Amino acid sequence: MNLPWKHAIVVGASSGIGEAIARRLVRAGCRVALIARRADRLEAICAQLNREAGSEVAIAVGHDVHVHEEIPWLFQNCALRLGGLDAIFYAPGVLPRIAPDEYDTATDVETIQVNLLGAIAWLNQAALRFEKTGRGTIVGIGSIAGDRGRRGNPVYCTSKAALATYLESLRNRLGRRGVKVVTAKPGFIDTEMTHGLTGMIWLISADRAAELILRAARRGRTTAYIPERWRLVGLVVRMIPSFLFRRLNV
Amino acid sequence: MSQLTSEQIAAGEARFILPGENLEVVEGWGGASNSVAYVFRPSTFDEVRSVFELARQSGRTVAFRGAGRSYGDAALNAENAVLDLTRLNRILAWDPAGGTITLEPGVTIRQLWEYVLPHGWWPPVVPGTMYPTLGGCLAMNIHGKNNYREGPIGDHVTEFDLLLPNGDLKRCSRTENVELFDAAVGGFGILGCFTRITLRMKRIYSGLLNVEAITARSLDHMVEIFEQRTAGADYLVGWIDALAGGSHVGRGVIHAANYLAEGADPHPERTLRVESQQLPDRILGILPKSMLWRLMRPFMNNTGVRVVNGLKYHASALLDRGRVVRQSHVEFAFLLDYVPNWKQAYGTGGLIQYQSFIPREHAADVFRRQLVLAQEAGFPPYLAVFKRHRADRFLMTHGVDGYSLALDFRITPRNRRAIWDLAAQLDEIVLASGGRFYFAKDSTLQAQSVEQYLGSDAVERFMRLKRECDPEGILETNLYRRLFGARAGDQILFRGER
Repeated sequence: MNLPWKHAIVVGASSGIGEAIARRLVRAGCRVALIARRADRLEAICAQLNREAGSEVAIAVGHDVHVHEEIPWLFQNCALRLGGLDAIFYAPGVLPRIAPDEYDTATDVETIQVNLLGAIAWLNQAALRFEKTGRGTIVGIGSIAGDRGRRGNPVYCTSKAALATYLESLRNRLGRRGVKVVTAKPGFIDTEMTHGLTGMIWLISADRAAELILRAARRGRTTAYIPERWRLVGLVVRMIPSFLFRRLNV
Repeated sequence: MSQLTSEQIAAGEARFILPGENLEVVEGWGGASNSVAYVFRPSTFDEVRSVFELARQSGRTVAFRGAGRSYGDAALNAENAVLDLTRLNRILAWDPAGGTITLEPGVTIRQLWEYVLPHGWWPPVVPGTMYPTLGGCLAMNIHGKNNYREGPIGDHVTEFDLLLPNGDLKRCSRTENVELFDAAVGGFGILGCFTRITLRMKRIYSGLLNVEAITARSLDHMVEIFEQRTAGADYLVGWIDALAGGSHVGRGVIHAANYLAEGADPHPERTLRVESQQLPDRILGILPKSMLWRLMRPFMNNTGVRVVNGLKYHASALLDRGRVVRQSHVEFAFLLDYVPNWKQAYGTGGLIQYQSFIPREHAADVFRRQLVLAQEAGFPPYLAVFKRHRADRFLMTHGVDGYSLALDFRITPRNRRAIWDLAAQLDEIVLASGGRFYFAKDSTLQAQSVEQYLGSDAVERFMRLKRECDPEGILETNLYRRLFGARAGDQILFRGER
């Protein structure tokens, strides 16, 4: 795939969609900083990518998205080591398995931390920079789960809805400066996060999801359903009145 | 405190955050290359020193930037600090009797000529535009249309102070720190910062020049005319119709200019006024020149330029025959300023200039092959300028006893790769003929080519001086990393692509 970016940061690049995005970016000739908590897995991915490319095009950066205070420095340092920065992808996400009657605040806070606050901490840095330089692409991975508050996992839905709203605000702030802000809303993707879930339809691989996300980001789409057929579902789901939605088993 | 290595930074030994509000996209003048940097605009040299310190603490490098008139990546420093020196623009001393002036690096050529002209002086060497700073001119060792006579600007500098990254000032002249003098002039700002430059002006007796246009039928004819005229003309410059093919390759128009002798101008007190030098801001008194680039835009393609060049050539051949006109210095010298913002006519992809300097005996042959190669590749240059040069004393010089041809190529996202490939082909011919290149213009050279034309000895000496002046490797630019990165070895902090 032909991609317009030369330097990118991928947060959450040690597995799943983040890893697939990073691999595709590198193979398209982009220098990429791969960021994740699991440094050993990152190192292995980077080593492989660099071996394939024959030069140091992938940089592994160990980082836990809970540690907000190190993010401004890490962000600047990644841009320095890459020699520039054109795009950032925020991919970390947790989907805790919770029982229908479970309300565990610690689990919920952790979900918000990873899915939302980490995104805000990283993408704020990108917004700051891209607003100054009048260029750049910001991609956040939301979810179709963020379109409605479902009974299954209240805080996961909340985190993805909040992320979508945050990204919309960024888009409205930065769009006039020439910055693209893209909300990707995947359906069911075959990753560690969804492993063992039942009732998944239209399941696609992480690599296919990455391909679709990158394509949408290249075009500067505002919201992209991954794959696109979920858009119709999303439209219908959002239009169902609340008194009906309550009675549905979704 | 020594500079941190990238490993140390990666290991988190320095966690210094640079001010985000200083981030800017910094562009080469041609607009075909840019990068993001932290830009600082000091108004004192103490502030310059503090940026060195900031760089040290944050593990970054520093590049100097004047007016940003280098075409390529010479004043870019991706993700690092860029010191814009244009606010350091005071004239420190001026002797109107002797014509010696001392100034800060941010003083522009325009400031300079406006300052000295009313006293009957003119800068002995000026580039084709009046907007560069003297610091930039000295770092690049610029030349003018009189290079074969007057040499580069460095030949008129008597002394300067160089601020090193450790804060020391080194006075350099023809007798003091001579080796550094010869390397810092033309050393593209990588050894230190000029803080105080002293140079000699040229005495003139009129604000006007006698200018004659001569048509050349081919490249050989052009060289022949230049050879005849060098002894008699104070300035010589050739415009070449780079789209003319076959037996017309290299056809063009030469302008030869001479100073007026004392007494030849009946009203020097009038013509030596700054006001009488100003370029008109309207064409034919009607059309504002600031709009002109928009009218040029539709012609900036192979067909358009071919037609315009053809008209220009034939009009000159018909009308100019041996006619001598009087032109102001500004009108003649600063041809590039005649159409404001003309580079915008090239579109958003910008342009690069490919300029090579070829020994006299090979010049016609090399340039003919370059023009034909560019035409065959489908990328004829839209502007081609031909000049006569001489060799000089400076270590990293582009000067040769011969000729230069400067070719402007329009860059688009689609042709970029192909133009760089073409440049590599052109490089081979230049290197085979013992030619040289010019850092102020360069965008496309490769490290091994630089080593080849400068010679390993010269590069070795330059890198030794670099280690002496800047042992921590604080001063870097995109151009320096691109062309000398391998030589600098472990001293290079950032190993990203250019």
